[in-house]
Amino acid sequence: MNTLFTKTKAALAVAGLSAVALTGGVQAAGLGKISGNEFNPAISLILDGRYTDINSSELELPGFQLGGEAGLPSNGFSTGHNELVMSANIDDNFFGTINMAIVHSDGETEIELEEAFIETLTLGNGLTVKAGQFFSGIGYLNSIHDHAHDFADRPLVYDALFGGHLMDTGVQTTWVAPTDTYLTFGAEVTSGSNFPSGESEGNNNGRAFFVKTGGDIGMSSSWQLGASYYESEFDVREAGGGHDHGGESEEAETIDNELLNGELDIAGIDFVYKWAPKGNNKSTNFKFQAEYFVKNESGLAEFVEGDASAEAMYDGKQEGFYVQSVYQFMPAWRVGLRYDHLKADNKFSDFEDNGIDEEEFMEESGYGTEDDPKKFSIMIDYAPSHFSRLRLQYSELDNGHDEPNDIITLQYSMSLGSHGAHTF
Amino acid sequence: MKLVITLTLSLMLMTSQAFAKVNVFSCEPEWQALAQAIGGEHVKTYSATTAYQDPHHIEARPSLIAKTRRADLLVCTGAELEIGWLPLLLRKSGNADVQESELGYFLAASQVDRIEVPTVLDRSQGDVHASGNPHVSWDPYRLQTIAKLLSKRLQAIDPNNAASYQALLSEFNQKWTASIKRWEAMTAPLAGKKVIVYHKNWSYLLKWLGVEVIADLEPKPGLPPTSKHLSHLLSVTRDNKPDSILIANYQDDKGAKWLSGKTEIPVIHLPYTVGGSDKATDLFSLYDEVLTLLVKGNG
Repeated sequence: MNTLFTKTKAALAVAGLSAVALTGGVQAAGLGKISGNEFNPAISLILDGRYTDINSSELELPGFQLGGEAGLPSNGFSTGHNELVMSANIDDNFFGTINMAIVHSDGETEIELEEAFIETLTLGNGLTVKAGQFFSGIGYLNSIHDHAHDFADRPLVYDALFGGHLMDTGVQTTWVAPTDTYLTFGAEVTSGSNFPSGESEGNNNGRAFFVKTGGDIGMSSSWQLGASYYESEFDVREAGGGHDHGGESEEAETIDNELLNGELDIAGIDFVYKWAPKGNNKSTNFKFQAEYFVKNESGLAEFVEGDASAEAMYDGKQEGFYVQSVYQFMPAWRVGLRYDHLKADNKFSDFEDNGIDEEEFMEESGYGTEDDPKKFSIMIDYAPSHFSRLRLQYSELDNGHDEPNDIITLQYSMSLGSHGAHTF
Repeated sequence: MKLVITLTLSLMLMTSQAFAKVNVFSCEPEWQALAQAIGGEHVKTYSATTAYQDPHHIEARPSLIAKTRRADLLVCTGAELEIGWLPLLLRKSGNADVQESELGYFLAASQVDRIEVPTVLDRSQGDVHASGNPHVSWDPYRLQTIAKLLSKRLQAIDPNNAASYQALLSEFNQKWTASIKRWEAMTAPLAGKKVIVYHKNWSYLLKWLGVEVIADLEPKPGLPPTSKHLSHLLSVTRDNKPDSILIANYQDDKGAKWLSGKTEIPVIHLPYTVGGSDKATDLFSLYDEVLTLLVKGNG
């Protein structure tokens, strides 16, 4: 019995050794054991917590109907987006990943699916197809998760036009051209049921296109320039901000703020420039980025409050940009400045007053424009290692409604588990 | 009709393959130099990083995606050195030939065994590499093994020129073996010397030379030197005085200079890889220069 056991062990050891030879000497503890957990995907956990000093947690941007996750953090202590990410090569043909945000606000904990997609690895010729739910490839920051942004909050234009990120379910194809200068084209067909689009029967109305190019300038600098376009149609779009958006809970049942038979398109341009002495970004580096988006949308706007209502044909143009710079002046320490600017030009015709007049409609629906919303932010952050970051940020938000909002944020953002990706 | 088109296309592909050079994308200059030495005129090489960059801190920038897209063979260090950017390059390139399961994916550190494999994996120990020390190019014997396996890989990818690759490898081996003999004779006085290093990137070299490392300037792997750690090193050097402080020229030398100023232990600036100094133009001249500087600096 005993010898049989020893023999089995020896055989297992031999099998283990040949496995080592095949994979070129991968050193795993307990090699040869049958444990079933060696193929676990790469797991990483993002922890984000903050203390915010803010005048009002309700985000109002006159001229912009908000949706998705657009909003402001609550006053005092709050947890931000704590994220769980798992990814792995599924086999030699596919890669798969899931990204879940665990969000706690107003006494409730929710799991939000941010991304869950598969991606081809071996189509070749520069082609990659992605399917599932994903952050669209438009713009520069859209596909980058919030914890990898350089500021504690998203640029205002992302909140105002996309409700945070343009995120949808569908298929994306990208093609990298076989050129020395980076040139890539992408096209997406998506459900078009998420903000800034809305519900429709077909559930495949979203279309996105983007092109990106970039390269290096000498040894120390690199750049990327992108242009994007998105369009969609919908039957109904309900206005309303995301989980951070306060103040709508009690009234929500009696108020209907909808855009019917709507269509929209968004065009944008983005630019990023990075510099580091001799390309070595460890001690000092500099980053400049800017993005501009313009949205055209139209439809039948309807506002109902109890028995009273109003409706009008709506044709709106909303645009916004931000510019920001981040400078790492010594190892681990960075400072950053950002300026945000929005502008809305909304036109109405065939106004119908059924108990709500035009002035009230404009204010309540969110379509009424006032002065241009602006925001100025300054931040300093400290990253003692590759995996941890502490940040202090001050923002001055002027929403054009004469309600200046001073926001001070103290934030930690940490990543545990598998090593994060260094996206450009 | 279909058949004709297919035939014409495959003929075009075949002829273009026969004339085209193998596009080698190397993550670091040492692998570019090796691929060039054993690939000769049949390869076109490119290095994603230079000797002045820390290969752990690179981003998957646009130019690298474009280069990966056109590569026939990736030659990288592995052992998690490029973990922040190589997987992203592979995913974004849309290049089937260089994915992990393909012939065009070659990790040097996976071809040999590695030292300093941690027994405990915990980030409180710093940015540790689970697969051990990745800086294998600094052991001349391991490098010779890698050269042999890389040549085999080139022969598999470009079988038409297999004989030529074999000849180039033999030539490289002969010259490398002769150089090892010369280097070992020249560095004999270094055995038993003691040094402080900035990071564990000289471990293989110092093990080969029989030099003892008494401390690292980094308090934990990947973390920059702190004043607390430097003052600790000051007391360490009082009891156990090293002969020199070694620093690669892409590393910040402030801590090394401070310690040297307090203790009069000389700092030796070394090119870590090919291109790190005017003289280090290939693997032979790189080894020559580093070993000469070490012998001089520890004399």
